Amino acid sequence: MTIHVEGHPITAREGDTVSAALLASGLDVRRATAVSGAKRLPYCMMGVCFDCLVTIDGVGNRQGCLVPVAEGMQIDIQKGKREIGK
Amino acid sequence: MSAVPKHENYDVVVIGAGPAGLAAAEMTAGFALSTLLLDENAGPGGQVWRAINSTPVKSEALLGSDYWSGAEIAKAARDSGAEIIHRATVWSLDRNLEIGVSVGGGSAFIKAKRVIIATGAQERPFPIPGWTLPGVMTAGAAQTMLKSSGLVPDCPTVLAGQGPLLWLLAAQILRLGGRIDHILDTTPRANYIAALPHAFAFFTSPYFGKGLAMMREVRAKVRVTSGVTELAASGNGKLESVTYVAGGKRETLPAELLLLHQGVVPNVNLAMAAGVEHRWNELQLCWTPVLDAFGNSSIAGIAIAGDGAGIGGAQAAVWRGRAAAGSAIKAARSNAKVSDVSPQLRRAERGRAFLDVLFQPAKQFRIPQGDTIVCRCEEITAKDVLDSVAIGATGPNQLKAYRRTGMGPCQGRLCGLTVTELMAEARGKTPQEIGYYRLRAPVKPIMLSELASLPKNDEATKAVVRG
Amino acid sequence: MKDYDVAVVGGGLLGSAIAWGLGRLGQRVAVLDEGDIAKRASRANFALVWVQSKGLGMPAYTGWTVRGSKAWPKLAEELKAQTGLDVVLQQNGGFHLTLGEAEYEQRTQLVARMHNQVGAADYQMEMLSVTEVKKMLPLIGPEVSGGSFCPYDGHVNSLRTFRALHAGMKQFGVDYLPERAVSAIARDGDEFRLTSAQGEIRAAKVVLAAGNANQTLAPMVGLSAPMGPTRGQIVVTERTMPFLPHPLTTIRQTDEGTVMIGDSKEDELDDRVQNHPINAVMSDRAQRTFPHLARLNVVRSWSGIRVMPKDGFPIYEQSQTHPGAFVACCHSGVTLAANHAFEIARMVKEGALDEELVGAFTAKRFETAAGVGGSGYY
Repeated sequence: MTIHVEGHPITAREGDTVSAALLASGLDVRRATAVSGAKRLPYCMMGVCFDCLVTIDGVGNRQGCLVPVAEGMQIDIQKGKREIGK
Repeated sequence: MSAVPKHENYDVVVIGAGPAGLAAAEMTAGFALSTLLLDENAGPGGQVWRAINSTPVKSEALLGSDYWSGAEIAKAARDSGAEIIHRATVWSLDRNLEIGVSVGGGSAFIKAKRVIIATGAQERPFPIPGWTLPGVMTAGAAQTMLKSSGLVPDCPTVLAGQGPLLWLLAAQILRLGGRIDHILDTTPRANYIAALPHAFAFFTSPYFGKGLAMMREVRAKVRVTSGVTELAASGNGKLESVTYVAGGKRETLPAELLLLHQGVVPNVNLAMAAGVEHRWNELQLCWTPVLDAFGNSSIAGIAIAGDGAGIGGAQAAVWRGRAAAGSAIKAARSNAKVSDVSPQLRRAERGRAFLDVLFQPAKQFRIPQGDTIVCRCEEITAKDVLDSVAIGATGPNQLKAYRRTGMGPCQGRLCGLTVTELMAEARGKTPQEIGYYRLRAPVKPIMLSELASLPKNDEATKAVVRG
Repeated sequence: MKDYDVAVVGGGLLGSAIAWGLGRLGQRVAVLDEGDIAKRASRANFALVWVQSKGLGMPAYTGWTVRGSKAWPKLAEELKAQTGLDVVLQQNGGFHLTLGEAEYEQRTQLVARMHNQVGAADYQMEMLSVTEVKKMLPLIGPEVSGGSFCPYDGHVNSLRTFRALHAGMKQFGVDYLPERAVSAIARDGDEFRLTSAQGEIRAAKVVLAAGNANQTLAPMVGLSAPMGPTRGQIVVTERTMPFLPHPLTTIRQTDEGTVMIGDSKEDELDDRVQNHPINAVMSDRAQRTFPHLARLNVVRSWSGIRVMPKDGFPIYEQSQTHPGAFVACCHSGVTLAANHAFEIARMVKEGALDEELVGAFTAKRFETAAGVGGSGYY
């Protein structure tokens, strides 16, 4: 299936989590922390660490490692603090 | 799947669909107790049997027979009549056995006569310099991607740490054609001697033969360095190299992926937030709940089964789940014929002490120094923690007030143990004396709109709206 | 031999502010405190530096509050100069917003009552229409009907203040002695002996700043502190981009970006459990006030026990039978922190409370009146 990362289409496999699909995409999918803006990638992939935070279909700070991909999903990389209205 | 619970009341609510939760729910439902099984993941299996129904890795040999044994238990649970809801996050549990659960963006409270917490384990924090760099992950993370998506590393990869899972992961990655350049074994040499008194039970346990074969399989293909005493990740914005010290010699390896693992520890957040008494476990170096032989906790009606009761592995988790289920069934129907599973549980737990001692992580990998980050969410270092001790912080909660440790979204899951041990060492106290964060609902973040939609009453409105 | 000039019992915001102030004046001070698990309003508060509607029923409290609010910048500056910690004091005015017409009417009446009691000029609390509110808080939702505004109101990072006071105490040479719950206090000649399981401390003076526990400590030195604690619950979200330029009585955005949503007032005093319907009401009102908050994640909620003298107003008193023993307890330890650090500390050092400033806060008021109905709280 196809999902979109910052507007770019990438291919994902049904059953992948958003985080797995992002990591497999080869794109730079590092988020920036809300504290210092440091770059991070998922650390635990099991819902514990919250380093996989990502904006999914306009909703910010979701745990990408717990959300399965769906056709047409729009993913944005989380850049620091959650934005107003996202 | 975003089905919400069908009822407001259940005889038994089981939280977590790993080995313990599946076994428990199957058994209580089998005795016709109304049973609800809530699980955060997309499918059953927990961590050890992750994606058991959906993995793209179909070959029996690649993931091993221990993995595939989960399919049968998952099927039995599915066929048992228990109501099973996945992608359900339990965010609140209290001593009244009221459970706050979030499913599909909405929340509800349900009541249970018995609760079996089977939320399992998480990987122990591995706070080395650079562990927050992109490219540093847990071994469990790699295994999750392998099981769920068939993904294996294809870049320069270093695997570092210790414990049975490390070798299992290495074997699985290699069997699937993945790349591992180097394994850095951090098992302290002294542990081999300390573990000897427990060796007999281990050699006669089912782990022994399998473990040895796996290590042999991996060593044949990958360079392994043992006796690693220091470890650091470095890079600019992402992992570029791993530096280690072994036998007094410092070496640097280029790497794009560093997989860390030094064992697993119970997931305590839900149980602690419910008020279940925990004590510091000197052998496993983590908090474990105070339980009776059936997993019943200090809070009436709440039992804990599986690795959340203290690390015991998947087989023990299954039997602990059945023991807790048996206790719940007895409580509901005193004349029910429930078989005693303690012999099976004892057998499954055999050899654990050997593993606990052998793979007890070294102090320098649990208690960091200087600029090494302790709290990943709030980006607080070991030095920050020590500075707080110097101005009067006696434990994690005063530290939290000073420095916000544990206040981020992970709610202390990746700093809590480190903070306790670091403060204990700085103050010359035991971890038991230092204590842990006081945890509060929601134990997992939920949307404000979910809280807002929950039942209200006049009394509550009066307590809030005061002109 | 006396160990200290002053022993302060209680290391929360109130005790720390007084001890810091005493250390600043060159006094030798010990702070005796409980350990990591204690009922600490200092860790559970809402962090407002708040003036509006304080003091209904006791004009002196209004004056004391305004004075504390005006002295706060000096405290923030001194703490920053001493410890390098910015406590992010913001005093550009605060709101109490109302939802629906009935609440707006009720608030209008309260503001009128306040004006009738104290000089309106001191206070400058006024009702604003929803149009005026929207100019200052553009993200309010359609149910907001207006609210009251007071230009003196503000907020601060109260946890960082707590840390800065503790760091500052250390620099002033104050001995902070945690895990030392005081079990007995006795006069012995010209000194006080404070007994704890860890041993005895001797000091020329003693300040009881132990919050609700003052109720049991005060009689040991001929004082009284009738308390009526209440429980409050707060919900806090993850960090979000700045959206709220002024604090509200029930919603504020911290400098870190989290949104705090408060707060309730209950008679229940167990701070380990939570009342779920109350969290629901608070969250519902917050999202009706600012609809964009609805999708934010809540990361934590907690309940805390308010330090609350029986009538809501502070108690400051020196013992007549045990001169040199003082009791200090109040709600609003954040708002009044500068008063405690500068004024109360000075008075304790001088050995006499300033009648003009704090004479109204004697506990003797409880002996005469049958309980003054007041609004020490907003």
